[in-house]
Amino acid sequence: MTLLSVRDLTVKFATRDSSVTALNRISFDLAKGERLGIVGESGAGKSITGFSLMNLLSRPGFIDNGTILFQGDDIVKMSESQMRSIRGNQMAMIFQDPMVTLNPVLTIGQQMVETLRAHRKLSQKEAEQIAIVKLREVYIPSPEDRLGQYPHELSGGMRQRIVIAIALLLDPQLIIADEPTTALDVTIQADIMELLLELCQSNKVGLILITHDLGVVSQMTERTLVMYAGKIIEAGRTREIINDPQHPYTQGLINALPQQTQPGNPLKQIPGNMPSLAAIPNGCAFNPRCEYALDHCRTTAPEIVQYAHVEVACHEVSRLHSDKSEERSA
Amino acid sequence: MLAYLVKRVFQAVAVMFVISLIGFAIQDNLGDPLRELLGQSVSEEVRQELREELGLNDSFVIQYTRFLGKALQGDLGTSYFFKEPALDVILKKLPATLELVLGATFIIVGFSVPLGVYTAIRPNTILSRIIMGLSIVGISVPVFLTAILMIYVFAVGYGWFPSFGRGDLVHVFGYWETNFATLDGWSHIFLPSLALASIMLPLFIRLIRSEMMEVLQSEYVKYARAKGIWPWRIYFVHALKNTLLPVITVGGVQIGTMVAYTILTETVFQWPGMGFMFLEAVNRVDTPLIVAYLIVVGFIFVVTNTIVDLIYGLVNPMVNLARMGA
Repeated sequence: MTLLSVRDLTVKFATRDSSVTALNRISFDLAKGERLGIVGESGAGKSITGFSLMNLLSRPGFIDNGTILFQGDDIVKMSESQMRSIRGNQMAMIFQDPMVTLNPVLTIGQQMVETLRAHRKLSQKEAEQIAIVKLREVYIPSPEDRLGQYPHELSGGMRQRIVIAIALLLDPQLIIADEPTTALDVTIQADIMELLLELCQSNKVGLILITHDLGVVSQMTERTLVMYAGKIIEAGRTREIINDPQHPYTQGLINALPQQTQPGNPLKQIPGNMPSLAAIPNGCAFNPRCEYALDHCRTTAPEIVQYAHVEVACHEVSRLHSDKSEERSA
Repeated sequence: MLAYLVKRVFQAVAVMFVISLIGFAIQDNLGDPLRELLGQSVSEEVRQELREELGLNDSFVIQYTRFLGKALQGDLGTSYFFKEPALDVILKKLPATLELVLGATFIIVGFSVPLGVYTAIRPNTILSRIIMGLSIVGISVPVFLTAILMIYVFAVGYGWFPSFGRGDLVHVFGYWETNFATLDGWSHIFLPSLALASIMLPLFIRLIRSEMMEVLQSEYVKYARAKGIWPWRIYFVHALKNTLLPVITVGGVQIGTMVAYTILTETVFQWPGMGFMFLEAVNRVDTPLIVAYLIVVGFIFVVTNTIVDLIYGLVNPMVNLARMGA
């Protein structure tokens, strides 16, 4: 069953006299309980996608076009009060940096209870009981005592666990996690990811994991979207994208992983930088950095089409593929 | 907490020591007390005798030590003009000034929070622009001019409010007679309080507005929205509480500053408080009274700042007063 269906989502940022396109006709689906990864470099539009789903774009960003059907209702057309009743309730979000996510002057208890009471008629006591249960689920020791504590009294990993507990408070259908471990210690990152995976599986919650870490994506998700300059350039089952990437950009990303390089050799980089949104090149946005680019890549933008096991937006994907098979056979 | 308090009291004592030193240095250099005491027609020998008697020929250190010793016992010298202990003269005038400051504080607190929050939440409405425009005018126009304009419009023009004095007072205890017990008292204190607030109120509106706008951009406000919290709760619980932390600190200093501004307001409205008294004392070269005023105002400054720091510690959970004392 489809939980979320995004069609031709276009997000723009108003500038002084015109606007720049941050998301260019993004389409994807998410089944109930499915886990989807969105990967790409900084500025590719991953986070903007996440915030658009919550209808929480802050000015000057706005949804220009497209539909976001969540359980059949279009989020784009919803009033602010309808949207409020969905946020935190059916669709929850985990932010990047737990050090600045929780309000420093409110206790953990206040921040959990207010979330519950914003969506359900509960007494203070009842809400606290639910909060304690959820804190226990994320393995917070002595949860009763935590309710009276302020965020600054807890470590970063502990705070992110609390943010996860808050996300689960109202048993949502979908959790959007925007780089949930980027700000944490490497040693804690794995713990948090494992916890998130375990909770999503046991509660059958859909997950959209926004990250630039392909390793994390391969462990956590069933399907993956690769984004570049505001577009989806490759989409499919995570295993296939990791093992047999089709788009030159995705191939570059995977080749750039330290595991793909012999120790002592320099990492394989993709030459150049991602273009700024105000200056996206004509044709395929990746063409200036692409070693396979031909003339038509510089004039016409490729549509996303089914190829092999995945969907990919590249004119030269078949040539690329035959080159690769030749390499292999050679 | 106690350790922090003791530390703060020590700091306060140090500040008071410096103020007393400055105050005394002024006294030592401001005119000749004998001229004020004796007048012109006394011979030089008698003058020298009295000089010796009063200890005016002693060294600065000895004189200062004597002054400090007396000050610690509450004796800040005798006013030349009133022929009374200077501290008594000031304490009689103090309630009038404090009530004026209190009235202004009510106006500032009552209006700055709602107007500051409103202009932060709805920065582009016409009302916000009007408030921000007026606040610039309020900050720019000096208090004495605002005060005179108010008298001209509301006292002379419309006759809604009296233009001078304190009106009907009700005795509370000691030297304290209050304006806040009768309608006449209220009508007398209204214009002076408003004039006194005229600079601080716009300052606080702007301060709260800019702090609030910054807080509204923060991650935790975005996160609160992502949790589906009601907007009014985001504004008044999540955002306002964080907004007020720096405002409290600034506020503490400004209350002290307001006591100083009373000199202008009280003079224009002939308000019988210590600011008005101070100006008269300066005209009469009543040095002991001037010095006593400086010390009392310094004391008020130090006390309000200490209290404000304690309140800040209580409001901000990130300040651990117990740990700060150690």
